[in-house]
Amino acid sequence: MNRYALWQYLIIAVSLLLGLLYTLPNFYGESPAVQISPLRISVSTDTTLMQRVEDTLKQANLETDGIYLEEGSVKVRFADTDVQIKAKDLLESTLGNDYIIALNLLPNSPQWLTSLGALPMYLGLDLRGGVHFMLAVDMDGALEKSLDRYSADIRSTLREKKIAYAGLEKQAKKLIIKFRDAETRAQAEAELKNTFSDLGFSYEDIGNRNHLVATISPEAQLRMQDAAVLQNITTLRNRVNELGVAEPIIQKAGSDRVIVQLPGVQDTAKAKEILGRTATLEVRMVDDEHDLDAAIRGKAPFGTELYEERGGIPILVKKQVLLTGERITDAQPGFDKDNQPAVHINLDNNGSRIFKQLTRDNVGRRMAILLIEKNQAEVVTAPVIREEIGGGRVQISGRMTSMEARDVALLLRAGALAAPMDIIEERTVGPSLGADNIARGFNSTLYGFIAVAIFIAVYYTAFGVISVLALGLNLLLLVGLLSIMQATLTLPGMAALALTVGMAIDANVLINERIRDELRAGLSPQLAIHAGYERAFGTILDSNITTLIAGIALFAFGSGPVKGFAVVLCLGILTSVFTAIFVSRGMVNLMYGSKRKLDYVPIGKIWIPKGQTNHEVISPDERNEKRPKIPKSTEESGKSDVNVPSEIPSDASDTNRSAVQSGGKSTTRTKNKRKPAESKQTQS
Amino acid sequence: MEIFRFNRDIPFMRWRKAGAVISITTFILSVFFISTKGLNLGVDFTGGTVLEVGYTETADLQQIRNVLTDLEMPDASVQNFGTSRDVLIRLPIRSEISSAQLSETVLAALKQADSTVEMRRVEFVGPQVGQELLENGALALLFVSLGIVAYLAMRFEWKFGVAGIIANLHDVVIIIGFFAYFQWEFSLTVLAAVLAILGYSVNESVVIFDRIRENFRKLRRASISQVIDNAITLTMSRTIITHGSTQMVVIAMLLFGGEVLYYFALALTIGILFGIYSSIMVGSSILMLLGVKREDLVKLEKKPLENDGAVV
Repeated sequence: MNRYALWQYLIIAVSLLLGLLYTLPNFYGESPAVQISPLRISVSTDTTLMQRVEDTLKQANLETDGIYLEEGSVKVRFADTDVQIKAKDLLESTLGNDYIIALNLLPNSPQWLTSLGALPMYLGLDLRGGVHFMLAVDMDGALEKSLDRYSADIRSTLREKKIAYAGLEKQAKKLIIKFRDAETRAQAEAELKNTFSDLGFSYEDIGNRNHLVATISPEAQLRMQDAAVLQNITTLRNRVNELGVAEPIIQKAGSDRVIVQLPGVQDTAKAKEILGRTATLEVRMVDDEHDLDAAIRGKAPFGTELYEERGGIPILVKKQVLLTGERITDAQPGFDKDNQPAVHINLDNNGSRIFKQLTRDNVGRRMAILLIEKNQAEVVTAPVIREEIGGGRVQISGRMTSMEARDVALLLRAGALAAPMDIIEERTVGPSLGADNIARGFNSTLYGFIAVAIFIAVYYTAFGVISVLALGLNLLLLVGLLSIMQATLTLPGMAALALTVGMAIDANVLINERIRDELRAGLSPQLAIHAGYERAFGTILDSNITTLIAGIALFAFGSGPVKGFAVVLCLGILTSVFTAIFVSRGMVNLMYGSKRKLDYVPIGKIWIPKGQTNHEVISPDERNEKRPKIPKSTEESGKSDVNVPSEIPSDASDTNRSAVQSGGKSTTRTKNKRKPAESKQTQS
Repeated sequence: MEIFRFNRDIPFMRWRKAGAVISITTFILSVFFISTKGLNLGVDFTGGTVLEVGYTETADLQQIRNVLTDLEMPDASVQNFGTSRDVLIRLPIRSEISSAQLSETVLAALKQADSTVEMRRVEFVGPQVGQELLENGALALLFVSLGIVAYLAMRFEWKFGVAGIIANLHDVVIIIGFFAYFQWEFSLTVLAAVLAILGYSVNESVVIFDRIRENFRKLRRASISQVIDNAITLTMSRTIITHGSTQMVVIAMLLFGGEVLYYFALALTIGILFGIYSSIMVGSSILMLLGVKREDLVKLEKKPLENDGAVV
């Protein structure tokens, strides 16, 4: 009865093999590396780049541990971090601005494992150090901005259609257009409805004034929000690229949030500075007609604002925004035809059209490019428009050094966010703490495992050893599974790993206790093993499902670190049920199942209650069935595995039992020539 | 080797009253401390900034406090944890300064005072995120409780579901009571531990309930309390060994897990210890209180199972 078919053993063997194979890469560790990837897709990474990198490093006598071309980037391994940092600095200065040079860690696992798809688990930020940000898009700010845009557009539309209006006022989240009579209002509404499909209109009459209220429709708001988040993600990606991070994660979280994770970033201050820069770009015209001095004295003329140019020169700029940073697709530093430093800007289609119009109308005048951060505006540059510029290729030159050109290009390229963003959550882990955390998690699991293993092996002897082996395999399968899934391991995840060790042993304890119970009840060894596994099964399933419910809830409602904990917990429950029930049974079957006459179950010394087998199965038919299977007699107790009292009580009903318990206990102990209560099952 | 040797069933149900007194007292005390002292909610829930810094030598806490007072942050809390070289600084939310600047300013000032300082961890949580995490935590607690009741009701009977969840919520309240009394920091990881305990500790009740059901089928003439006593006595050994094993791992976490895992492990420890007690005394007592009957379970079983001697 305690036998497995060949396929069952095969399943165990295969799972063991897979577990080993996929766990293996985690033990090779990682080595420092430098990763060179192109900043833009147009620049390709090929063998020439690889050759160039190799030559550069060779010239500087920097030893490498190998150069690879992988997934569109060149990766160079080094023996230690000193060489790695030197190499990074060197490559940065020689390769120039077209590439991202990032520090990275590469797994050391051998090629054959990698080609099998066996990769180490990805370490979370709390284990490898780095920065985690959650940014929220300020949608109110974005809506405000688009209302500004709409108010300008509505004015020009009404003017164009020659519809008279008495005024236009922006209030919280709505525009109020005032009319003198209801007819014009109706006319205006019809006209505006045609032009602005994203706006909803309603009437409002206060006294004898006729107001038309325009609000942005919910659908349009939603669309704007999505577009703003996507645009911001692109911008953040560009900014992160400037930082040189090997494997950044930038993703949308919820409707208006973005998560940025920068593993291995050492200079967190710089990361925050660049990411936290919630800058937007605006192109406006410079007002050279009005008196600048008057403005400086505090009276800026209507429709203009006073700003400072880089270097502190005051400048008067019109309020009307002509173009925003969203239209800029690229900006690069370079030189103009007179070999002066310049910035080359590319605009998208819409931007090109607007820009062409703008330059045609304003030749000879100055335009200003403003960078707005946290309501602080700064004029990045205010060039003179020399000619009409079409085709969307703009060149800004004059009065700047090549360093400044580079700076401006970076700001233009990375500076534009569709809507302002705020950091609402930040978790930074220093590299030293990351290494400590790995040791902490690893030690907790290791020492916990050792303690449990020793205790269980001593307590249950051979069956204990089998339980420990199953527990070890459970850990192996769990780590292997996590590696296959390429899950991110965090410190709470490691805690769950350790906890799994403590909780998974429960299934084995249940089984072993059941087997002991059955032996105590007088079953033959093979029967006891069989019954122990069968009966424990339902209990194990019930108890694990309740824990699984908790795990799923943690996964569903948890965030970040708690999710990692939940994933490991849930997977651990699944693997532990498999190993405790199926695999440990397999081992038992393999070792004992084939023995026709197993006369001893190595599960530790079993103690039989004094008096009688009071934990006996009562049902008469059950008892009858069992009787023949009970070892023959106590005289041969040297061989028999369980010392069953020489006489089985004829009636073990409850009433009888309590009588024995209360009354005859002391006498039975002395008078009866019963064997000592301790089982005769001898231990070697 | 066998630790637990009971000649007869331990009359747990006879000690029901004593158990009830202990449970109700600890429960009321816990609720009292939670309501009067309140929880020392971590930065995850309240929002704010936590800085963990390390020094090469014993850190001068007074100096750090002075630096912070100079920065006009007198309400910052500064304390050692783990070793005397590691310092934890908690800063409440300040609306006028952005998080990014705040931690940078503090670190720069600390560096000026003592150049050996090393940033180990910075955590900033905005107020809206904290509120969300708290709500999600409460939702998770609700979901787990309902899920467990539903499962137990389906697998056993509604009385078992109710008894199981009351026994375990009793544990949860006591864990939280401990955190309130000692003002230990209640963070997101502690919440994870509490929920894990909720799932884990129900195991106990399930194992005992399983035996009770089995006993209802086998011990036909026994009284309800005898059935329950017998079930608890039989599973006693397993209860202690399992919890002992889990506790061993948790002790390893307490010793080697560092600051982040410390309170996590502490919550688990309380949960495990009270889990043993509550599954033995509370769950079964409530079951009796609810008037569990043999018919509640046995009638649900199919006839053949009852005489299924082959299982033995």
